[in-house]
Amino acid sequence: MSYGSGLAKGLAITLRTMTRRSVTQHYPETQPELPPRSRGVIALFEENCTVCMLCARECPDWCIYIDSHKETLPPAAPGGRERSRNVLDRFAIDFSLCMYCGICVEVCPFDALFWSPEFEYAETDIRDLTHERDRLREWMWTVPEPPPLTDAAEEPKEIAAARKAADRQAGAER
Amino acid sequence: MDVLDVAVRVAAVFVAFLLLPLLVGQLEHKVMAHMQGRVGPMHAGGFHGWAQLVADGVKFVQKEDTVPEGADRRVFQLAPALALIPYLIVVVAIPLGPGGAVGQVVDAGIFFVLAVLGVGILGSLMGGWASANKYSLLGALRTAAQLMAYELPLLLAAASVAMAAGTLSLTGILAAFEWWWIPWQLIGAFVFFTAGLAELQRPPFDAPIAPEEIIFGAYTEYSGLRFAFFLLAEYAGIVVISALTAVLFLGGWHGPFSDTLGWLWMLLKTAALSFVVIWARVAWPRLRADQIQSFAWTVLVPLALAQLALTGVITVVIS
Repeated sequence: MSYGSGLAKGLAITLRTMTRRSVTQHYPETQPELPPRSRGVIALFEENCTVCMLCARECPDWCIYIDSHKETLPPAAPGGRERSRNVLDRFAIDFSLCMYCGICVEVCPFDALFWSPEFEYAETDIRDLTHERDRLREWMWTVPEPPPLTDAAEEPKEIAAARKAADRQAGAER
Repeated sequence: MDVLDVAVRVAAVFVAFLLLPLLVGQLEHKVMAHMQGRVGPMHAGGFHGWAQLVADGVKFVQKEDTVPEGADRRVFQLAPALALIPYLIVVVAIPLGPGGAVGQVVDAGIFFVLAVLGVGILGSLMGGWASANKYSLLGALRTAAQLMAYELPLLLAAASVAMAAGTLSLTGILAAFEWWWIPWQLIGAFVFFTAGLAELQRPPFDAPIAPEEIIFGAYTEYSGLRFAFFLLAEYAGIVVISALTAVLFLGGWHGPFSDTLGWLWMLLKTAALSFVVIWARVAWPRLRADQIQSFAWTVLVPLALAQLALTGVITVVIS
């Protein structure tokens, strides 16, 4: 490499970059192209929640608030034992504390928590960043179906299970 | 020369002095952004952020104007004005077009312009000295060392043109200009432009400012409007050095249809050189303080002397 060729190369690269299209995404005007599995907000599928409290206990900054009470159900058969069941009273995530580690989503054994790519929920009052269960339930509608890991990957087990169930049902009707 | 004529010329110089540096600043925002694959300011003023520098100015005016406790107050507060005003005075002497389109014809134009340009550096030196801050002092002394080193090649290169034209007047030089001066004075142009860049402390010669090592050098303690004046002085300096290079080495207003479009040629040449100044900032890393010194003494001064010898020989041969 001859003396000073680096200077010429620097000039050439900057000039070439200037003539090409910039890579900037013009966010407020156009929505950004987010990668799959983006961590925007945590959604709660409360029908699946059993109030096991694993998410609240594993949360590193304790931003999940859960209240519940026990209900007793009458025995399924006469003379049987009464069943007790947890009922969710409050489920809230304080997104002003949340650090988006996703541990709660990982540990949930009943698939009640999901990542949604929605990110536009800034507030002017920090208290409004605590999303209660109705708002967390609303985010559920924005959760995308999990993308395949590669083009040749098996389909996600949720979809496979749902399809198998649907096929079985269709076969029974025939 | 009546009062109205003087008033119009002063007003025109003032408008050019306020407008052109802002245009160069905006150009720098956009060119630097696109050279880095970005888009730069997009929102201020609506269309591609054209009013970004106006918004910056409003922001600077709103900021508190602080003076450090141990500072030499009067000197500290005077420094930005001393950095800025010399460039305004230089603009007066730079010819824009043929037939007296110049703020004021100065007979010893080159002397005047280069002498006044050197005063601007005093602003940085005063600011750095008065700040009572060791980084500011380091920056100011680097500025002073750089001025000492680069004033010599700057003067020698300018002297070469004055020798070729046989006059010290900027308008006189342009009147004597021939197209073949451009290849003839090419080395001088390179020396003059590079040394001018170094006097402005623009990258790659910005060791006196060096935000990453000595925190903006002499400007560390400045805030608000006074800091904005230093920034404005930098961009005014780009305009002045580009315009002077255009006048001395690229024929100023000379070009096709120069009778009517002379001013446009002058502005185009200045803009092109300003683009090169910005380009150098984006493309090249900063030189160390000692590399800056050795570049001046071992490369630029010999080149300037060689140009001077070449000019002398050819002038004698053709006369």
